[in-house]
Amino acid sequence: MNASNAAVTQRDSHSAAPTSTHHRAVESVIRAPVDIYEDGEGIVLEADMPGVSKDRLTVRVDGETLVLEGNIRFDLPEQAEALYADVRSTIYRRNFVLGRELDSEQIQAQLKDGVLRVKIPKRAELRPRKIEVQGG
Amino acid sequence: MFSSLTSFQTSLLDEFWRLHQELEEVVGDGLASSSGIRSLPRGAFPAINVVQTPADVQVYLFAPGLDPKQLSVSIQQNLLTIEGERQIPHQGNATYYRQERVGGRFHRAVSLKDDVDPQRVEATYRDGIVQITLHRREAARPRQIEIH
Repeated sequence: MNASNAAVTQRDSHSAAPTSTHHRAVESVIRAPVDIYEDGEGIVLEADMPGVSKDRLTVRVDGETLVLEGNIRFDLPEQAEALYADVRSTIYRRNFVLGRELDSEQIQAQLKDGVLRVKIPKRAELRPRKIEVQGG
Repeated sequence: MFSSLTSFQTSLLDEFWRLHQELEEVVGDGLASSSGIRSLPRGAFPAINVVQTPADVQVYLFAPGLDPKQLSVSIQQNLLTIEGERQIPHQGNATYYRQERVGGRFHRAVSLKDDVDPQRVEATYRDGIVQITLHRREAARPRQIEIH
């Protein structure tokens, strides 16, 4: 029930300031869903960005922040009239703060069928090393 | 030391977004036109957009990471049904921090107007979007009546 109460509160504040540019800025961006996991090598991030082609995708590191941005391209016919829309924006954006243990110089990104895969390796000196135990 | 990328902490913006989505559902139910009996709540996978022109109806399915072979598109009368499976491999040895993406079997149905021709349906898959083109019957298209 907490959640729905919160939503109502949010609505009130929204109607009080319907022209808030901040609110509008949030509205016009799709938050691409991501999976993030870590193994010995580093961190892998996979983001769903359907409709984004390679030339409409930006993966950049801004200071310590990893920024993912993509634009959806629709093959929209002329005279098209919307009947139903789950997706109401054409811009994806997500930001993540990287830790200093990660090597932002070595980030690799791959895009296939609307799925972005970003590999962020750990700095070489921080990768776990297996220590051989010498037999006696 | 630990970055927010690897922490479980939900950022304020994430929280704001969640509220925003709930807000849209609350407001949307009140103001938007009534939803179809087979429609799914917002956030369902895959997302669908439908547009129409005088000549055809286009259905866009936002289905990233899909093998088109795992997708079945069928039409009966004016009911378009899309079924499939999306496999998201789980990395057994890795530690997961976020799992927001949706996988597994899915099923969506879109009820279209009666004027689509079930014999003429085409589907393509590009960049994670399935685009289904359904042609409308000639007779149903709006005609301009000339006034003499």
